[in-house]
Amino acid sequence: MASGIKDKVVIVGMGCSSFGERWSCGPDDLMVEAFDEALADAGIVRDRIDAAWLGVFFDEQNTGKSSLPLSMALRLPNVPTTRVENLCATGTESLRGAVYAVASGACDIALAMGVEKLKDTGFSGLPERTKGTFEDLYLPTSTAPGAFAQLASAYAAKHGYSMTELKRAMAHISCKSHENATRNPKAHLRHRITPQQVLDAPAISYPLGVLDCCGVSDGAACAIVTTPEIARELGKRDLVSVKALQLAPSNGVEMGHQSWDGSHTLTTPIAARRAYAEAGIANPREEIDLIEVHDCFSITELVLMEDLGFSDVGRAPHDVLDGRYDSGGAIPCQIDGGLKCFGHPIGATGLRMAYEIYLQLLGRAGERQLRGRSGHGPAIGLTHNLGGIPNRNIASVSILGLLSASH
Amino acid sequence: MSKPAAILRMGVHVPKLRLARSAIAAAMAWASPPGRSGARGARALCNWDEDALTMAVEAARSAHDPDGAPQSVLFCSTTAPFADRDDAVMLASALDLSDSIDSLNLGASLRAGTSGLISAARRGDARTLLVASDARLTRAGSPQEMTYGDAAAALLLGPTNPAALASVLATRTLGSDFVDHYRMSGASFDYGLEERWIREESLLQLIPRAVSELLAAAGLNAGAIGHFVMPGSAVTAKRVAEACGLQAAQRDARALTECGDAGTAMPLLMLAGALETAAPGDLIILIGIGQGVDAVLLRAEAGLRLAGKVFAGALAAQQEEPSYVRYLSHRALIDVDFGMRAERDQRTAHTVAYRKRDALNAFKGGRCEHCGTVQFPRSRVCVNPQCRQTDTQVAHRLADSRGRVKSFTEDWQAYAARPPYIYGNVEFAEGGNLLMEFTDVEAGALKVDDAVRFVYRIKDEDRARRFRRYFWKATTV
Repeated sequence: MASGIKDKVVIVGMGCSSFGERWSCGPDDLMVEAFDEALADAGIVRDRIDAAWLGVFFDEQNTGKSSLPLSMALRLPNVPTTRVENLCATGTESLRGAVYAVASGACDIALAMGVEKLKDTGFSGLPERTKGTFEDLYLPTSTAPGAFAQLASAYAAKHGYSMTELKRAMAHISCKSHENATRNPKAHLRHRITPQQVLDAPAISYPLGVLDCCGVSDGAACAIVTTPEIARELGKRDLVSVKALQLAPSNGVEMGHQSWDGSHTLTTPIAARRAYAEAGIANPREEIDLIEVHDCFSITELVLMEDLGFSDVGRAPHDVLDGRYDSGGAIPCQIDGGLKCFGHPIGATGLRMAYEIYLQLLGRAGERQLRGRSGHGPAIGLTHNLGGIPNRNIASVSILGLLSASH
Repeated sequence: MSKPAAILRMGVHVPKLRLARSAIAAAMAWASPPGRSGARGARALCNWDEDALTMAVEAARSAHDPDGAPQSVLFCSTTAPFADRDDAVMLASALDLSDSIDSLNLGASLRAGTSGLISAARRGDARTLLVASDARLTRAGSPQEMTYGDAAAALLLGPTNPAALASVLATRTLGSDFVDHYRMSGASFDYGLEERWIREESLLQLIPRAVSELLAAAGLNAGAIGHFVMPGSAVTAKRVAEACGLQAAQRDARALTECGDAGTAMPLLMLAGALETAAPGDLIILIGIGQGVDAVLLRAEAGLRLAGKVFAGALAAQQEEPSYVRYLSHRALIDVDFGMRAERDQRTAHTVAYRKRDALNAFKGGRCEHCGTVQFPRSRVCVNPQCRQTDTQVAHRLADSRGRVKSFTEDWQAYAARPPYIYGNVEFAEGGNLLMEFTDVEAGALKVDDAVRFVYRIKDEDRARRFRRYFWKATTV
């Protein structure tokens, strides 16, 4: 049994650009914006970085391929750079690359960058893309909302909810994230909405309306990671360490085998189970202070509450409506607004989630700072991405915590 | 003919969509002389994803005989999708027929359907699958717009057997370069001439001659004929029947009023209708028209008693198309702005399409011989998480299976020729799952657990390189 990543690597600096329709910025501007913040936070000079990872998804209408856009935008001193891409888990993959490099001893200090420039397509929603030369010949030319909307019809049928009941819970999820984002100056969508507005919004993909969908945003986020020893040498006292970084990709079961019922994500429970084991978490409902999950659509967040083990199977709509995941609830979810309102620049998203957990653990989250279970601030946070669609995806779960937090 | 060939099976496909002729008249009344408003009946319309080939596949599937595959396929159409790519081979591959059968395309005349029948009957020792299908474009406001319809008919012909539906007793063909209408290669629309001239100068000359020669060859009097099957208007058919001495014979005009003139398929479609009302022993004369006439004498046989009503069934399965404008859009007769998502490049990797032809044309997945799991597409390693054996799968055709809707959506964001784009997870009756497009399903109609079957349809079209792609879709049973 591998010893795992727990507490071997700490984050010493993070940065995140404002998310939104950044018409006047290209991906290089966004990366520089995030990087300057992270570098200042870490208190190091750029040339101390030994290696860097770039996460970007839609390279076609964006940066182009390879890691060169990162090396060139930041004028890095010819250190090794690597581009990673794993659908919407890309940002977390970038972090995983940097963390593993430090844990291996190959690097002292590594950079994980994620960026996405989505608003250079000329239309709203995500860019069009090929699914593969064979897949394009038989799969529907589905959209992201259409692929995730499948969860709602299957979930409602399986658990005996009417679509009206399910949509009420979904509306609560969107309203909660909008409420949270009003206290986040970097968020894309910072206005309150009502459940009725969600229900009345124009249809996108049955049963999802436009207010069930996350923002399509430009943005970048990054992390600078090192060992606890080097972090202390840099003068850092409160350290945020990586407790777990797990990934569970589909192997084709959801696409081709009848055993999956379509009402939830098959991979998330697998990634979560491994992450809880790696972090030494026995009871996530009691031990985790806040969560940032892949709420690309309201129904996704709803089923994830069950897939991550926070709600009993079939009970998430009740827990949602009871406020369990609101800012004042037992397990605040998307305290920064989430994909829904902070926005979803794909390559940056996993790192944006880590950024919020990092700020909350260090007590630097400003107006939206949580008090945590102890009342002295949160100690453990979880981030989750679901790259792809329910039929085939990559689930990532990472757990970040204060290095002193005992688990 | 040494031994009479027989029609062993018949199949019909009339697209589900129907546009009321009164709706056409209402939309185009401003451009037409008064008097068209009394238009009755409806015209059958291809959905946006149907064409002569997809209709042919459906008609042929409904003529399928599990006890004997054809040795030959004849595809008759004036609107086959490809001018140079063998539509008959595409048809045979969608039907998963052997690659060693003969396949031929007949076209260039609306008589192709009956000429194909005569040709097949002449080699009565072989089993021939004859499929006629047409989806002709009509100019908005034209007389053809009111009278044409889209449909396909299929006949399985071969040596007679106790289940045969009809025997072919005699045939007669007269050729004549009479231009009642025409369409040059590459043109979109037919150019039609005056009906009275066509009737007086051609049909009333040729058909009575062909019929009398047919009856003489068979040693029959006109009074013995019970059914007269002939495309064309009621007025013309009545005049021709009288001239032939067939005024007592029945003419089933349901295909004209409820579907419209389906070109090469029309005589065979009307024959299918006639056979459903005929009693064993009834004699039938079938006429095909196009630069001359074909005349075929048939006798209804005892197999009819047990045959299903495929023609009536196809007419009954219908759904009204309330929008004349949407019909124009489906036929590309108006240029609708579908937004930037419709600009997607649909270039085909033909190497892949060929490598995966069993999956794409015949809808074959794999069945693992180790654990029995059915899966699509067929893969090297079994998808069953409890199995995962390598190279254990044999081909397994899913086209004729049933399925169940596991989840679905109605997507208003994706490009769709007929929004919303409806797709979802379908579980096959024998196991296996596929994310599939649904067709012939309107928004608001689909439910989880609905039963579906599978149909061969247009998947999409590469407008830049003019290439149409096909795949199988799910439709509710």
